[in-house]
Amino acid sequence: MTTLTINGKTLEVHAAPDTPLLWVLRDHLGMSGTKFGCGAGLCGACTVHLEGTPVRSCRIPLAAAQGARITTIEGIAADRVGAAVQAAWDRIDVPQCGYCQSGQVMAATALLARNPKPTDADIDAALVGNICRCGTYARIRAAIHGAAKSLEA
Amino acid sequence: MNAIVKASRRDFLKGSAALGGGLIVGFYLPPSGIAADLKPVAANAWVRISPDNQVTLVCHRNEMGQDVYTSLALLVAEELNVDVNKVAIEQAPVDPVYINSLLGAQITGGSTSIRDAWVKLREAGATARVLLTSAAAQRWSVPPAECVAANGYVSHAGGRRASYGELAGAAAQLPAPQNVALKKPAEFTLIGKQRHRLDSAVKARGQAQYGLDVSMPGMVYASLEQCPVPGGKVAAVDGARAKALPGVLAVVDIGEGVAVVADHYWTAKTAREALVITWDYGPGSTLDTVQIRATLREGAHRDGAIVRQAGDAAAALKSAARTVSAEYHSQLLAHATLEPMNCLALVSERGCDIWTSTQFPQGAQGVAAARSGAPAAQTRIWPQFIGGGFGRRLDVDFIGQAAAIAAAVPGKPVKLIWTREDDTRHDFYRPASFHTLAGGLDAQGKLVAFDYKMVSSSITNRMFPGVVKNDLDPFMTEGSANLAYEVPNAMQRVVIQEYGLRSGYWRSVSHALNAFAIESFFDELAHAAGRDAIAFRLELLGKLPRQQAVLERAAAESGWGKPLPAGTALGVAMMESYETHQALVARVSKSGKRLRLERLVYVVDPGVAVHPDQIVAQIQSGAVTGLINTLRSKITVRDGRIEQSNFDDFPLLRITQMPRIDVIVMQGGDKPGGIGEVGVPLTAPAVANAVFALTGKRVRSLPLADAGVEFV
Ligand code: FES
Ligand code: FES
Repeated sequence: MTTLTINGKTLEVHAAPDTPLLWVLRDHLGMSGTKFGCGAGLCGACTVHLEGTPVRSCRIPLAAAQGARITTIEGIAADRVGAAVQAAWDRIDVPQCGYCQSGQVMAATALLARNPKPTDADIDAALVGNICRCGTYARIRAAIHGAAKSLEA
Repeated sequence: MNAIVKASRRDFLKGSAALGGGLIVGFYLPPSGIAADLKPVAANAWVRISPDNQVTLVCHRNEMGQDVYTSLALLVAEELNVDVNKVAIEQAPVDPVYINSLLGAQITGGSTSIRDAWVKLREAGATARVLLTSAAAQRWSVPPAECVAANGYVSHAGGRRASYGELAGAAAQLPAPQNVALKKPAEFTLIGKQRHRLDSAVKARGQAQYGLDVSMPGMVYASLEQCPVPGGKVAAVDGARAKALPGVLAVVDIGEGVAVVADHYWTAKTAREALVITWDYGPGSTLDTVQIRATLREGAHRDGAIVRQAGDAAAALKSAARTVSAEYHSQLLAHATLEPMNCLALVSERGCDIWTSTQFPQGAQGVAAARSGAPAAQTRIWPQFIGGGFGRRLDVDFIGQAAAIAAAVPGKPVKLIWTREDDTRHDFYRPASFHTLAGGLDAQGKLVAFDYKMVSSSITNRMFPGVVKNDLDPFMTEGSANLAYEVPNAMQRVVIQEYGLRSGYWRSVSHALNAFAIESFFDELAHAAGRDAIAFRLELLGKLPRQQAVLERAAAESGWGKPLPAGTALGVAMMESYETHQALVARVSKSGKRLRLERLVYVVDPGVAVHPDQIVAQIQSGAVTGLINTLRSKITVRDGRIEQSNFDDFPLLRITQMPRIDVIVMQGGDKPGGIGEVGVPLTAPAVANAVFALTGKRVRSLPLADAGVEFV
């Protein structure tokens, strides 16, 4: 039995301690917003926040997540920055197939939380680990700038 | 592709009339809701209106990013006179009425969705509008001509008003009108004007449901070890150790591999490592990349089939003042959709139910029935959002596998999930190709002769063999059969040459193969003639004013012919594909030992732009797919095994490598052309031509990195 704190809620999970957090979220807790792309830390589709820092949940064993504050795409709208990012994503029509976008939104939210006015170079550095096979990168940049602007007010 | 079955106009109209209390399920089909009643949605048309005035499009094409949800909804909403942003989307089941008239099957592919739907769905909307108006007129005992249908309501000058939803039941009882009039383009209020996707919000919130996300009570998971040599089979398996692990429910030999079924995915995946399998590798176990290239080159000695012929190319080449010849080669590629192959299958006394991301629901139904043993009539497909298709999900191998595994554990919903490594190593690969080209110039530097041969594997022979006639596979001649240039003496051939590895349709299919060879070679010809690459092309486009227009516009927008900063060069390419004309200018610069791709300027003319902002998005997306083909990605084979496995050795474009991409949309026609694949084929020739202009190095083989041309 492992205790996790996800999106402000405390949850109990029965799973082998080496089970990656990604599969705990998806299969044990039914939270399918976090996606599986590579299982090897190479694509960013599985990005969640651990204590506010973006991490690849496919590389975090359940045992390592115990006790930490975890935020997923399902909970990010409760955060002012996360909500602004999602609104910008919708307004600018960033997603195509959409499969990478949970991870992109989580990476973008973490970036804006620590850097409210990122440059294109800052964005590139923060999102280089998040592959979009559909090639929505131009709109991802635009939406991050858009979200930054909407948060200035 | 010839039509296998044609949706008859009668069926279509009957279907359109099936209004009334339809099932409204919003953006996706929650399987938990369906589980109570597994009966498929009995719709054979596109428009549903519920009593609460909710309009639903039963979307017969699958959404994989290309925007069919909104673009198709626009066609219906335009004629039905409703707010497209309030239209709900329901994914269509398998039904003959949904067959794609351009492809002959219920397929999402070939950049055909809008072209096929352009009249059909506007008629569906208009038919519904006429029926609703008639129902209102009857209710109020007034002439229909005095009733106006707008914004979801029918109203009459006398002040009466009823919502579409209130009228839907009565409308469904009326006979379908014949020959409904469609709006003229000048009357459009949505087509060409909308600027929002209906699925953006759910995707930004992680709420869109892909095949991988479908969940059912009592669901179990499968991980499948497949023969490392594609095409090989299981000879023997010892599953005792895997079976003994906690959580493992079954070990199932399905022929091409062995599946471990377990209570959770991670249990199944880790237990899979405990399988002891002896393989029968089959004839493919000695295959390697060098051999594939040699086989293709060998194939060039065969005549193949004639694609296009004019004058006497052989004689004209002999008498030409100057001849140029070259050989080109394209590499194998994986599709690498970000959502790995997966499928949820349930085999029960009710038959077989399949929840998956697929571009080919009809094919899914066939393979699921065959491998589960359920009758086709009791095999139901529930298509989900697709996390990347690019043609990979035209193949239904993983769906058949899930059905076969589920048949071994009847009554249990089984979700098969491939790993990324499985996905890379068990793809149907974009074919490698070999091309020979020769051109003859007269004394004035004008092209008088063109000889072309393309050698590659036929995907269509594997998937739709009836479509290949006399060695002519129409999906190998794209960009050659419709070559935009008018050359007085031309001989263009295609040779089907199999090389022992399975191949699949990859976004833009042979357009990319033919365009790289032809558009690079035309650059060589222009250079040999001492002519400007755009001027040289323009003079060969006499009969295609729209093609001339996009090329001239691309020249203007990109600063072609104007002085460039030192260490910078431009390259051009152009073609017609999917009834859309386009030109692309790429700008590259030196960045130390490497090169930098600075900008791509696309000018596209699809005739009519249905959802212009999404055309821009699709061209940018196509460019990124095209750059995967161009820069460094490749699949290689050794001892019959694919050497790549994940995104470290099969790299995809990242945000740091994304050039500025400008897309200019022109509308020079009266109906829409295809868009989803248009951005792909020209990146390789345009970038390679720019590399030549900058460095003097002519690269005739992809990816460019193999020739030492590395981009930052
Ligand atoms: S799935 Fe975790 S980084 Fe790709
Ligand atoms: S939107 Fe498809 S992978 Fe990013």
